[in-house]
Amino acid sequence: MLEVNGLRVSYGGIQAVRGITFHVNEGEMVALIGANGAGKSSTLRALSRLLDPIGGSVRYRGKELLALPPHRLVGEGIALVPEGRGVFPRMSSLENLRMGAYARNNKTEIENDLEQVLVHFPRLKERAQQLAGTLSGGEQQMLAIGRAMMSKPRLLLLDEPSMGLAPIMVQKIFEVICAVASEGMTILLVEQNAKLALEVSQRGYVMESGEITLTNESKALLTDPKVRASYLGE
Amino acid sequence: MVRHQRLVAESLTMDTLLQQLINGLTLGAVYALVALGYTMVYGIIGLINFAHGEVVMIGTMVAFTVIVFFAGSGMPPLLILGVGLLVSVVVCMVLGWALERVAYRPLRHAPRLTPLITAIGMSIVLQNVAMLIWGRNYITFPPMINKQIYEVGGASFTNVQVAIVSLAALVMLGLIYLVHRTRIGMAMRATAQNPHVASLMGVDINRVIAMAFIIGSALGAVAGCMVGSYYEIAHYQMGFMLGLKAFTAAVLGGIGNLAGAMAGGLLLGLIEALGAGYIGDLTGNFLGSHYQDIFAFIVLIIVLMFRPSGLFGERTGDRA
Repeated sequence: MLEVNGLRVSYGGIQAVRGITFHVNEGEMVALIGANGAGKSSTLRALSRLLDPIGGSVRYRGKELLALPPHRLVGEGIALVPEGRGVFPRMSSLENLRMGAYARNNKTEIENDLEQVLVHFPRLKERAQQLAGTLSGGEQQMLAIGRAMMSKPRLLLLDEPSMGLAPIMVQKIFEVICAVASEGMTILLVEQNAKLALEVSQRGYVMESGEITLTNESKALLTDPKVRASYLGE
Repeated sequence: MVRHQRLVAESLTMDTLLQQLINGLTLGAVYALVALGYTMVYGIIGLINFAHGEVVMIGTMVAFTVIVFFAGSGMPPLLILGVGLLVSVVVCMVLGWALERVAYRPLRHAPRLTPLITAIGMSIVLQNVAMLIWGRNYITFPPMINKQIYEVGGASFTNVQVAIVSLAALVMLGLIYLVHRTRIGMAMRATAQNPHVASLMGVDINRVIAMAFIIGSALGAVAGCMVGSYYEIAHYQMGFMLGLKAFTAAVLGGIGNLAGAMAGGLLLGLIEALGAGYIGDLTGNFLGSHYQDIFAFIVLIIVLMFRPSGLFGERTGDRA
């Protein structure tokens, strides 16, 4: 579904991503793990067209993504949950969710999906009229995921969904991610919390200083001595 | 006897108060409309479009030309005024769109000072273009409304003032509806709060920015027609002071904040009118009402010193 080939991204004068190649198959959850500054987020930013790569190609369902402006991605079925959540702080939760469906036209479908998202996240229903900026970090993360779901994506890109959240919230968020995945969503999960990411995904890529140094089934990576030593703290 | 005199003096100042409140409201309505143009653009791209005052001036001039063109045609004066307003709005919308496209979009990623200087440059260009078209002299704006004067409690106001205030209120209600209840309005708010994420939701940022200029310029054109009808005079440099004051109003309310621009405009209008009304009394007639312009800038200095984020402002540095 998504094929990244030789992607190179430079960010603030540093080459953050040095020609990486990976792919995500339809219906799969793939984890991209690595330490802080390994280039994971730059990769995702390039995929979501917030950064212009200096080389490589990104093919999505046979189409070259790098030729599209960012606002066209959602129409292709790609949704990003950005690092730091990126909710619209002075809009209500409900308005944030509706922004997720900005590119869609069918009103009844949108209302149905809105209902569904609120079933997934009862917390957001309680906070429907509250300004998103006043929500807790975990609630904002739920909102960001719910907002992404509102665009009815085929491919969901998650950037550090566990970042800055209390352990209990992290668990909740990952339960939701697993629930979404079990409905057949294709997911690329970028995560510093390697253990968690590898536990929920099918395959994983390990990034180090802008390069992919290791890839395997997630289960295998979990038992890989190098991964265990560098990322699982054992 | 002495007591009687004092009573007369007091009632005189009360009359002045009411009168100046009415004048201030009229002036404030105009400032608010112009301030909205500054604040909308600032809220979305963080640019102070110093050429906005000139857009308002062009709005007055275009309305003037249209009205003069139709004046002898036998059309009803109100219709002529309506056509003038409409043409002026359309011309200003195109002008606002063109300004963004030609002058600001190429500088989108330049340091902030660059587009600011460009804005001042555009303001000078527009002034000079207007001077070439409409000349360097004061132009008499033909009054199209049969002026009627009403008296209330010793103060008087005209139907022109009533028209200005009610049209401004109507336009502002329309803007609030647009921003809060329509798709493009939602896109504008989202873009002001987080442009990157808004684009990921499918919002075409370039379109939203263009819309902010277009809508702001339309409001400016309406304000321009009001100024023309109110003062019945127009000049190619009139946009400078008006723009500066409206900018002050936007800063007073909290730049980037729509409600702030409306409140700031009204407040500034009132401050100015009251200031003009009482400056003679306050300074023992040392300064006359022609010093009214100083109040706007005293306000600007005080706001910048003590509350740079404005009355309604949230965080400074935040773009919305």
